[in-house]
Amino acid sequence: MLEIRGLSKSFGGVKATDNVSLDFADGSLTAVIGPNGAGKSTFFNLITGALRPDAGQVLLNGIDMAGKTPPEIVRHGIGRAFQVASIFPSLTVEETMLAAVCADQRRAGVLHRRFPLPETRDRAEHAMELLGLVNKRGRTAATLSHGDQKLLDIALALVLDPKVLLLDEPTAGMGTEERWRMIDKVRELWEREKITVVFIEHDMDIVFKIAPEIVVLCYGRILATGTPDAIRRNDAVIEAYLGSEDHAGAVA
Amino acid sequence: MTELQAGEGAQAVGIARPRARPRRNRDVLIALIAFIVLAALPMIFSSKLLLDFVIRCAAYGLFATSLNLLVGYTGLISFGHGMFFGLGAYGFGLMMQKTGVPVPVAFVATLAITFVVAAVIGAICVRLKEIYFAFVTLAFQMLIHSTILSWVSLTGGDQGLRGGIPRPPFLGIDLSNHHHLYIAACALLVLGLLLMRQIAQSPFGYTLRMIRDNATRASFVGIDVWRAKLTIFVLAALFASTGGIIMALFVSGAYPEFAYWTISGEGIFINMLGGVTTFLGPMVGTVLLLILNDTVTRLTEYHGIVLGIVILFFAIGLRKGLMDFVVEWAAQRRGKAEERAP
Repeated sequence: MLEIRGLSKSFGGVKATDNVSLDFADGSLTAVIGPNGAGKSTFFNLITGALRPDAGQVLLNGIDMAGKTPPEIVRHGIGRAFQVASIFPSLTVEETMLAAVCADQRRAGVLHRRFPLPETRDRAEHAMELLGLVNKRGRTAATLSHGDQKLLDIALALVLDPKVLLLDEPTAGMGTEERWRMIDKVRELWEREKITVVFIEHDMDIVFKIAPEIVVLCYGRILATGTPDAIRRNDAVIEAYLGSEDHAGAVA
Repeated sequence: MTELQAGEGAQAVGIARPRARPRRNRDVLIALIAFIVLAALPMIFSSKLLLDFVIRCAAYGLFATSLNLLVGYTGLISFGHGMFFGLGAYGFGLMMQKTGVPVPVAFVATLAITFVVAAVIGAICVRLKEIYFAFVTLAFQMLIHSTILSWVSLTGGDQGLRGGIPRPPFLGIDLSNHHHLYIAACALLVLGLLLMRQIAQSPFGYTLRMIRDNATRASFVGIDVWRAKLTIFVLAALFASTGGIIMALFVSGAYPEFAYWTISGEGIFINMLGGVTTFLGPMVGTVLLLILNDTVTRLTEYHGIVLGIVILFFAIGLRKGLMDFVVEWAAQRRGKAEERAP
């Protein structure tokens, strides 16, 4: 269970995250939506330790993550992928996976053995298979297509066996068809791995179609939470966000 | 960097991937052969000049290769790595002159001093971002150099450690004998390279590559970036210090130039010359630079200009070091051969 309690962060006078409280049940799939500058990425950065909250708690199974460093939080089981694929350009797909498992097994500092360690193989294979990267294992990350780099980024989070997986716009920069393939992938690995997945997404069609739970952020605050149907009918959401864009059709 | 790729093709056609142990055994074998060849050299060529050349290659090669662990593998551009070369030379020289302990004791003690100094300086430096890291390491280098110059009673100031370094025999090894010194330098070189190769190919070596490529992501994989950087900073310092010890043994003294920033500059120069994407690039660069130095200084007093032109050729012309160039060329050829025979 991931519980957010009164999370706040300001930059200068701007409240990027303003007293946010939320619960993410184990095994849930939640979409976070909101207009540009709503504080979605900041919200993720606060949970994962990239930013230090001004106030509030991030409780993972009762343990407070607020104030911990990213490596500590990752080891507690909160993994993340980034809006712009964050990978290791000169490593191959397979090396990336194997090295990540090494780190997760606390073997990142091992000097007396040779890379790769046999005991890291199974998990690396599993992650590559989940994301469909098996036949690209020998490719250097820099040479992968944009879509595959996004998949590798997600694989990099998933290979660490997280309890909670945060995906910052997994479909960013993709064409329509590719978006659907990516989001199917996200849903598939959520179903197979039975982990808590929270993702940021702009495309309303996608969000309403696949996310059982939706959180709407606006100016750093929670505007609404609920099922797709409830969000569609929520007056505040229609006025502040959906109504102002071309998605009115999707709402009706 | 992508040695796994070579294994990929093999696996695709059902051949077992080379396991970790054979690859280490292969490295040990290469090291052994290299050592035997080097050790046999005096039997074929009796030229003292050649043996001196190899000893200098050992000193600078260990130094330059250790710098590549920082520059090429971790992405830490240190402009002050030469301070540990100087520290090794002075630490060892002083220990032998002042205390009269056996050579191995002085050797280990010098490395212990280097360890402590590198840990303190590293703890301050590795937190800093690129350009600040470069400048602060350079500042520490200047600090150590000034200390050597001004602490005349201990270091002899700008005269250096004079009067020779006593090298009493131990375990049947007499380092004042030129041939013994040569073999010892070769042994240290080969052993040092083998250890650094092990570091580069260990899980920790791949942790360093991750940090070089994307330190932020590395921390989100659970790696303590600061600790890993400090570890490699200290390890690299130990090998640079060993290079300095060989130099002190060779010239039977230690001079302020060993700790001057130009030594760090030469290290960077060697790495650019040989290339940082292969393990042996810096070693090739060392041999190139020393040959250049020796021949050019004999031909003209304006050797600085010639060296400058050479580095410009590599930096602007090839845009990479010699070994990088060779490796890419070989890969291209292999690619073409595969095209012709699909």
